[in-house]
Amino acid sequence: MTDGIASSAQILPPPTERFTLLGWLRRNLFSTWYNALLTVAGLALIYAILKPFLTWLLTEAEWEVIQVNFRLLMLGQYPPEETWRVWTCLYLLAANLGLSWGAWVRRRSVIGVVLLGVPLLLTLYPALAASIRWQLLALDAIGLVAFIVGRRAGIRLRRWLLILWVLYFPLVILLVRGFATPQEIIPIVPTNLWGGLLLTFLLTIVGISFSFPLGILLALGRRSSLPAIRWASITYIEVVRGVPLVTILFMASTMVPLFFSLQDRPDPVLRAMIGITLFSAAYLAEIVRGGLQAIPKGQYEASHALGLSGFHTTIFIVLPQALRLVIPVLMGLFIALFKDTSLVAIIGLLELLGIARSVLAQPQYVGFQREVYLFISLIYWIFSYMMSYISQRVESTLGVGER
Amino acid sequence: MFRKGYTLFVVLAIVALVLAACNNTPAPGEGGETTSQEPVKETVVVKETVIVTVEVPAEAPAATPQVQIEVAQAPGFGETLAAVQARGTLICGVNGQLPGFSFLDPQGAFNGFDVDFCRALAAAIFGDPAKVEFRPTTTQERFTVLQTGEIDVLSRNTTWSLVRDTELGLNFTAVTFYDGQGIMVPVDSGITTLQDLEGGTICVQKGTTTELNLADVMATEGISYTPAVFDDVNATYGAYAEGRCDAATSDKSQLSSVAKGLLPNPEEHVIMDVTLSKEPLGPVVRHGDDQWFDIVKWVIFATFAGEEYGVSSANVDDVRASTENPEIKRFLGLEGDLGLKLGLTNDFAYNVLKLVGNYAEIYDRNLGEATPTFIPRGLNSLYKDGGVLYSPPFR
Repeated sequence: MTDGIASSAQILPPPTERFTLLGWLRRNLFSTWYNALLTVAGLALIYAILKPFLTWLLTEAEWEVIQVNFRLLMLGQYPPEETWRVWTCLYLLAANLGLSWGAWVRRRSVIGVVLLGVPLLLTLYPALAASIRWQLLALDAIGLVAFIVGRRAGIRLRRWLLILWVLYFPLVILLVRGFATPQEIIPIVPTNLWGGLLLTFLLTIVGISFSFPLGILLALGRRSSLPAIRWASITYIEVVRGVPLVTILFMASTMVPLFFSLQDRPDPVLRAMIGITLFSAAYLAEIVRGGLQAIPKGQYEASHALGLSGFHTTIFIVLPQALRLVIPVLMGLFIALFKDTSLVAIIGLLELLGIARSVLAQPQYVGFQREVYLFISLIYWIFSYMMSYISQRVESTLGVGER
Repeated sequence: MFRKGYTLFVVLAIVALVLAACNNTPAPGEGGETTSQEPVKETVVVKETVIVTVEVPAEAPAATPQVQIEVAQAPGFGETLAAVQARGTLICGVNGQLPGFSFLDPQGAFNGFDVDFCRALAAAIFGDPAKVEFRPTTTQERFTVLQTGEIDVLSRNTTWSLVRDTELGLNFTAVTFYDGQGIMVPVDSGITTLQDLEGGTICVQKGTTTELNLADVMATEGISYTPAVFDDVNATYGAYAEGRCDAATSDKSQLSSVAKGLLPNPEEHVIMDVTLSKEPLGPVVRHGDDQWFDIVKWVIFATFAGEEYGVSSANVDDVRASTENPEIKRFLGLEGDLGLKLGLTNDFAYNVLKLVGNYAEIYDRNLGEATPTFIPRGLNSLYKDGGVLYSPPFR
């Protein structure tokens, strides 16, 4: 033992050698003959995989198809004269984000810089219309101003911000859909014109915001002492979890018409939203139930001892702790939901994937599927990663897994 | 606990079965809607009576025999047109992902051969080809959405076959495009006959008649092969281009346009000189509304007749102003009341030709030589040009 320490102390090279690139290479990649072999084989494999891809990406790929169809991929057939509504939604989002950043994080951080930098980078893109460039800059300006305001106002703002966030999503849907006013300021845009990334987002937002409360209710229902409620919850959860989402969407698109007359039949987008919500609620219920079961009995007892009713115990003591515990799993579910919205392409809705396939049918762009699919997978990745990153931040702020 | 749960499950299952049974009974009835549609039928009766007065002015009050014919009309007669007119738009089911036939252009508008027939129908009904709402449908759901009334007409490269015409409760109106299934092989493979494909792999798209036809023909010829089945057009020809199949099969229209567009070197592939099947494609309506069936049929015939008479969107106004031909006068609504008999206006054919164009225009715009999706007209020429397009007389 002592011998080993002594000998290793002897052969340890001087720091100048230990911390050079070569030294690092030798220690980590070429320490023994089989490690060296593995490194060489691994490099060869990476080269073999990356070379054709990079060759294609740098020399063969033609991105004209994306450029020409960019609007279509983002908004689908949403009427061009109503695009300002989507921009308004984005401005509101920037304001909300900026305020929240100022109030909670209170300092510059990498992700904040990235969020501000992306629109700036996009403005540098040469083929962009001037109006869009200004709108992107406005987006940045609003975000920055909101950040400063949020930092000034600080903690006082937090409660209001929560309300703002809760109001934001219904407002987005109201804005995108429009409503019947006598002056036709914001005319209704029928759902069959919603498409592209916009529809993907709307499906996700609706799916998350409705399945969340429904899932919590189901989870509580499953643990209820009233048999009727318990069995109803169990039946619902187990039936829905036993059926693939594709089947539910197909049922929504082909069975629903059998039960409703033509006049009061929900339109296909609404049907898809209902299908997605009902589906993810069942999974969410099980996740929340896991959180509920992790709360020690002592918490309930202490709460009862303090004189809180069962309702108050659940709302103020149990649920907040349970939900905090399941944030990582919950976020996983939401990311999965975001990507699962692409399944509505099979019931004829033109969300991001559906519209991509329609774009590929344009006679002049037949055969561009590599470019198009790569582009939409990049979009999916960006937003999925963003959700994942935000959840990590929330976790570390709340100290999940540390207490 | 378990036993209690099991009893509950059994009870639920029984309730579900009973419910299902209840729901079954009214099903054949889309007839459940019959009663509410009664008034619609009456309006049709009135219309027909008017026509009678025109034809036989002296006997106007004695319209009873006509009314008897009306009584024999199926309950759904006229309901689709009434619904479309009340709604103000036609809902047309399309593919949405088939180059040349229907796709979204970068401006977000639907375009293509199948789409133009929807526009022609809207032009005939409303005098405005823009009053169409397009509903993209997938192969699997296309018939269901038509059967359940979610769309008024399905214009989506659908092959007319006996089973579909009967069992699915659908009516195929008229053939807009005569297609046939072909096989594409690489030129240097040396394959020229079906027998050369013995033991080979053939790429085919799932859920289409193509897959069944291939199996039928190969079984008849006694040739063994491995089908490689794919979900969509892109995947099918992608696999073929990568050499995962010895041949790809589909309708010849698709092979000559889509497939060639998807292949890196289109000139290295050839369509074999065999036709595996007849694929007559055309718009479809559901059973039960013969007036609607007639409307769709005659709008299509109007595009044929337009080409036959040499009337196009460019010269239709001149022809209407100057023609002495009684046939064309009737056709364009200057004489007679052909349109009224369909429940439309007399100038429906004029609107179709003026706003959308005749068959040749529709064809050239979407599948003509100037387009990337060029398909030689072949069978889809007028009967006098060696094709099989033939409109019954407008009289």
